[in-house]
Amino acid sequence: MIECKTSKAISGMGHSMKRKEDGRFLHGQGNYVDDIKLPDMLYMDIVRSPYAYAKIKNIDSTAALAIPGVLAVITGKDLEQYNLHWMPTLMSDTQMVLPTDTVMYQAQEVCAVIATSRYAARDGREAVKVSYEVMKPVIDPYKAMDASAPVLRTDKEGKKDNHIWHWEAGQKERTEKIFAEAEVVVKEQMHIPRIHVSSIETCGCVADYHKVNNQLNMYMTTQAPHAIRTVIALVAGHVGLTEEKIRVISPDIGGGFGGKVPVYPGYVIAIAASFLIGQPVKWIEDRSENLQADSFARDYHITAEMAGTKDGKILATRFKILADHGYTDASANPSKFPTGMFSIGTGSYDYDTSFMECDAVYTNKPPGGVAYRCSFRVTEAVHAIERITDRFSLEIGKDPADVRMQNFIKKEDFPWKSPMGWEYDSGDYHAGLKLAMDTVDYWGLRKKQAEMRKEGKLMGIGISTFTEIVGAGPSKDFDILGIKMFDSAEIRVHPTGKAIARFGTKSQGQGHETTYAQIIAEVLGIPAENIQVEEGDTDTAPYGLGTYASRSTPTAGAAAAVAARKLKDKARKIAAYLLEVSEEDLEWEPGKFFVKGAPEKVKTIQEIVFASYTNFPQGMEAGFEATHYYDPPNLTFPSGAYICVVEVDKETGAIDVKRFVAIDDCGNIINPMIVQGQVHGGLTQGIAPAMYEELIYDEDGNILNGTLMDYLVPTAVESPSWETGHTVTPSPHHPIGAKGVGESPTVGAPPAIANAIVDALSPYGITHMEIPITPFKVWKALKEKGVV
Amino acid sequence: MTKHIKITVNGTEHELDVEPRLLLVHLIRENLAMTGTHIGCDTTSCGACTILMDGKSVKSCTILAVQANGKNLTTIEGVSAENEYNHLQEGFKENHGLHCGFCTPGMILRATELLENNPDPTEEEIRWGISGNLCRCTGYNNIVKAIKYASAKNRGIEPASTEPEFV
Repeated sequence: MIECKTSKAISGMGHSMKRKEDGRFLHGQGNYVDDIKLPDMLYMDIVRSPYAYAKIKNIDSTAALAIPGVLAVITGKDLEQYNLHWMPTLMSDTQMVLPTDTVMYQAQEVCAVIATSRYAARDGREAVKVSYEVMKPVIDPYKAMDASAPVLRTDKEGKKDNHIWHWEAGQKERTEKIFAEAEVVVKEQMHIPRIHVSSIETCGCVADYHKVNNQLNMYMTTQAPHAIRTVIALVAGHVGLTEEKIRVISPDIGGGFGGKVPVYPGYVIAIAASFLIGQPVKWIEDRSENLQADSFARDYHITAEMAGTKDGKILATRFKILADHGYTDASANPSKFPTGMFSIGTGSYDYDTSFMECDAVYTNKPPGGVAYRCSFRVTEAVHAIERITDRFSLEIGKDPADVRMQNFIKKEDFPWKSPMGWEYDSGDYHAGLKLAMDTVDYWGLRKKQAEMRKEGKLMGIGISTFTEIVGAGPSKDFDILGIKMFDSAEIRVHPTGKAIARFGTKSQGQGHETTYAQIIAEVLGIPAENIQVEEGDTDTAPYGLGTYASRSTPTAGAAAAVAARKLKDKARKIAAYLLEVSEEDLEWEPGKFFVKGAPEKVKTIQEIVFASYTNFPQGMEAGFEATHYYDPPNLTFPSGAYICVVEVDKETGAIDVKRFVAIDDCGNIINPMIVQGQVHGGLTQGIAPAMYEELIYDEDGNILNGTLMDYLVPTAVESPSWETGHTVTPSPHHPIGAKGVGESPTVGAPPAIANAIVDALSPYGITHMEIPITPFKVWKALKEKGVV
Repeated sequence: MTKHIKITVNGTEHELDVEPRLLLVHLIRENLAMTGTHIGCDTTSCGACTILMDGKSVKSCTILAVQANGKNLTTIEGVSAENEYNHLQEGFKENHGLHCGFCTPGMILRATELLENNPDPTEEEIRWGISGNLCRCTGYNNIVKAIKYASAKNRGIEPASTEPEFV
């Protein structure tokens, strides 16, 4: 049980408070972007390229413009007149809004149709005739590195190859020396496939430009409204659209997971259309557009190596990555970290030497490299370290649980400096794995496995013990387009003691309206029920960098606590004044100050707030409001110990996940119900890439599974019944000791599943399986080994 | 060219002239301005647009409005009064069966028919029963729990604890 310092009536931290936001969603009263309907609103649809690489010879709009209701067809040439045909990506690369001459990937925007109705816009889209001169695309990222490969980014002056950047970190020479001398060296090649968040709500917007006062109201599905406002100002400032005239409103969002961080061309075209026509323009992409053109995640090809001793001590790791970014680097990493936080990949283990490097390349695939419930490449890193740790265990013939226990960083060694320079704030890895092993009856399962193997049955047990790195971030290291990655909270308490709190983040289902209220309730003792949380309107909320990468609790949650503490300091002063004692004579219990030794002399927080408007000390500022911009001193490092149990059918390759136990440590827990809900959801987005999801392209750059008919998002049937638990190791530097949890399970689950399946197949000499591990891949591997 | 149709939505009769190609989900969302029914895929894959047509759950994104002529429809707006929660709505709230809320109306309408046909379903029957409805947020554990909760309440039985179960 989580201990609570406040009563249920107050519902501060630790209470499983039912969510405040649920009422509107359960009654069909949510307000998602496609629910917004403005007077005289027009609709936009986008013509997309059927080819991965082609020159546009001609765009013929005649037939489209003849359709009743079609008002305009906007091409790259039209935007070029306003210098709006290119835009920067979040990684300071460049991306076409609409092409003027060449398309670089299948489903790229070619031109946009504006019409008076959704149906007329779609009719117009079908009627636009585009002729292309098709070119041979570069699809394989390894071939993209060949000297003979055509140079794709001819728009970049002097560009002579498809290489984007090289990144490296760690101790190169020491790593090489250890690998050269080590008793045991293991190596596996692994691909973390290209996948897509596929939130159930696609992306879209309503761009609403008012000519008369030069004001743009932009309703859009964005996880980072303030950052988007600044990007729009940077892109469109030269046509007179400056930041004070831009209001970005992010209404209810139907799932984000990182896919709603980038600026997609559709948003910019809608703005341009509204700007030119002077009427609101709605653009809502359909599912195929969402899957085929919006930012992908992952697509890292990793060579992972581990060196160690025969008795199981890990000495060094080495990771070499090839990153396929598609046609432009449109990932969403902090500026100084082109591979995000991949360097967390030394894992939860106590060793001091590692070397990592990455080369990024352009191909004729959609741009991206954003999140899939994990923004900063932590999933890729954790897969590499957790898989190679199992490979190492297999090589030396030692149980992977024992190897992990042997190598874990000890609880007393925190804060711990990793070989890559991170300072892990806190953790208790031994306790987490022990709880997971006890829960699943690990040694009992190993006995059962031995018996099943005698009967020729395939059963596997897989472990993943990961360290996460979230809460970007300290301003000294982290920025996006130069804007430091702080976040903010503003609390206003009304005279009657009820509050409104606004934040620079934006919930997409995480339950901020409830959890932020609980943080404030914890500090001030005002019931969470009486604290209204608002996000997503740049005209009212304080500036922040938004919600992704499990950063909301570590940053804006911290800001809420610090702002509330400022108010509590003020409350103490007012209470002392009202009770005619000195501040030192006061004691606090949730919701009231009372005089030490005289508990009948008491002022409730509501009385104090009322006094801040009606009866405050001379010279004190009136009112009860506070704002805080929180710049974290360090990242937070959540962790987890996951165990997966599978049975594999030899004849069909079918994989049955029998059990999955997830023990998470996200520090102090704000709302256990919501934390558990986040873990459930994250685990399903972990099994998805481990067993089902991958965006597949043929050699011509055609996507082979660009609809939900073919791209296998797990249903309730594929999703196991998750068993969850937690250990609590508070973050020592975070104001409420919390760490963030949303992405942990998506990071930790895939290697647990892969390790379990490989463990099941290991008696036949199988040492690695590439995710997604499908029945066909398993059957093929068993067939190659002569088992079936 | 338009067709004249008559449909009943949540107990209210509507007569409209519609294009024959108009999708039912667009009729509900645009013509009738009830936006609780959502569109997630346009291809019958995700179930966000699920409604009841004459008591049967259907995906309104792949039904033409004219096919609903003469039918009786129920959408999320019609399952309870605005200040009330029916057992399924209550189950979803009490058990944290929703995060972003986008799939929720479809899930609730689908579960309504599921419980109509099978008042006391097993976990496996629930999982298969909602397998035409995708949820990207919850991992389904709590949706299953929410439907079990409603099943118990419908039958006058005390539902299982709604506290999160930690190992």
